[in-house]
Amino acid sequence: MELTIIIFLLGGLFLGWSLGANDAANVFGTAVGTRMIQFKTAAIVCSIFVILGAIISGSGTTETLGKLGSINALPGAFAACIAAGLSVYIMTKSGLPVSTTQAIVGAIIGWNLYTGSSTNIQVLITILGTWVLCPIIAGLLSMLFFVITKNFLQKAKLHILRLDAYTRAALLLAGAFGAYSLGANNIANVMGVFVPISPFTDINILNDFNFSSKEQLFLLGGIAIAVGVFTYSKKVMFTVGNDLLKMSPVAAFIVVLAHSIVLFLFASQGISNFLQSINLPSIPLVPVSSSQAVVGGVIGIGLLKGGKEVQWTIARKISMGWVLLPILAALISFIILFVLQNIFNLTVNY
Amino acid sequence: MFGLKSTSLFGETKKLEREIDEFVDILSEVGLVFKSIIPTYLSSSANGKFDEMVEQVKLMESKADKITKEVEHTLYEETLIPDARSDVLRVLEHLDEVIGMYQGNCYHFSIQKPNFPKEFHDDLIDLTETVVNCVEALCLTVRSFFRDIKSVRDNAHKVTFYEKESDIKFSSLARKIFDSNLSLDQKMHLRYFVEKIDRICDQAEDISDEIQIYAIKRSV
Repeated sequence: MELTIIIFLLGGLFLGWSLGANDAANVFGTAVGTRMIQFKTAAIVCSIFVILGAIISGSGTTETLGKLGSINALPGAFAACIAAGLSVYIMTKSGLPVSTTQAIVGAIIGWNLYTGSSTNIQVLITILGTWVLCPIIAGLLSMLFFVITKNFLQKAKLHILRLDAYTRAALLLAGAFGAYSLGANNIANVMGVFVPISPFTDINILNDFNFSSKEQLFLLGGIAIAVGVFTYSKKVMFTVGNDLLKMSPVAAFIVVLAHSIVLFLFASQGISNFLQSINLPSIPLVPVSSSQAVVGGVIGIGLLKGGKEVQWTIARKISMGWVLLPILAALISFIILFVLQNIFNLTVNY
Repeated sequence: MFGLKSTSLFGETKKLEREIDEFVDILSEVGLVFKSIIPTYLSSSANGKFDEMVEQVKLMESKADKITKEVEHTLYEETLIPDARSDVLRVLEHLDEVIGMYQGNCYHFSIQKPNFPKEFHDDLIDLTETVVNCVEALCLTVRSFFRDIKSVRDNAHKVTFYEKESDIKFSSLARKIFDSNLSLDQKMHLRYFVEKIDRICDQAEDISDEIQIYAIKRSV
């Protein structure tokens, strides 16, 4: 593989690393921050399941991103990834929980605008629609789970210590599911733009098992996410666990579960096919934001408790961030593409 | 697997549950012994039995101390209930103080041998029974804090009720003592004992107030 290809792929790996560092905190943040689960345990489980989710169920959302804008040159994909990574970094520095999903969509639109390619408005509307739906569904699910769990706990009268043990196990399971869903739903953000121009070839093992070039890309992206989890997520997890979400471990489990289900719903080809087979509208397979899902889940529980605990000014600030991020990413993508084409003489579009 | 130590986690949990239950049992039993100790002391014919009971309280107090230390160790070593660990330990320490107060009262009776005239016997026994009932209600509050958060308020209400009863009985007895023809030094001496018994209720009420706050913190 040429050195330039490796350098361009680094853009995606950088984005994968930042996804691992930031979004893993949504999955295990509260559990680790409140010391219910050790960081080492969380990091290992998270890494394994992110990679599994990416390889096994990562295709659906990638196709949708491909429909939004098919970046056909490696320097273009590199520019999109760097733009997405930078915009996430800028917003995170401002203290807003944003996600790579919105950034990569903004960056792809930036590429479309720069290269004069048309943006599939239908797909864009579907993606934007899911971004609105994602926190709402997460909020509704966490409300439902909260009521069920509260009633169950009141009837079960578990000893505080036994409840603690069960909550740890539940947090680990929900975290594993969350990591799988994160990998399945968000690998498209990291590696999606490289799929049409994958530098890998299919590997056939014993004529029985085909390891496609796409799966190889997803494995690479998954590993980048895992590296992000191990190297940088600890700090973010403690921030999420201690500062951002002051919740009981049981409430944290409910939020993680709601978040994981939402991410899984928008990534599962199986569920989508099943709904279609029984003549129900299928769920669009779209990369959604894990931060939005978590914030939706937290607000859901807050509303159920009367809404007094919800910091609406912060919620408004976060929503503003969600609107600003794709615009910022598109702008940065546009600028980087201009620099790559006009200063480095690289082809960003065929 | 992955450092979670699942079997030991559940094993430690069950062991700790048993230890905490045992600790509350001891608190309740010490109260029951204390309830019999005062009438035994007042019937001067049963001095041997009184000493035996004081020894019994001493043994129970040491056992409670040992359990508190073990629970403290396990909670921190296994990082169990990180969100409520400090609350649980504070409650156990304060409950241990109640056991210590029972023991202290027994020792003071044993060493200072206060001379309660017969006319005060019934009132003193009545006060002691109210104090023990108050601690019994506290035991229920503690048990509900661990298992049934919803009942904490009801049980804590009983603690408050008995504490008020105890205050009334203490004031009445103290008044009777000071209205009697005893010498001032003897009045002061008896008042000291009555006050010391009543103080157990104050401590019980403080703990039940504390538990109510912890229960609110613990709600899902």
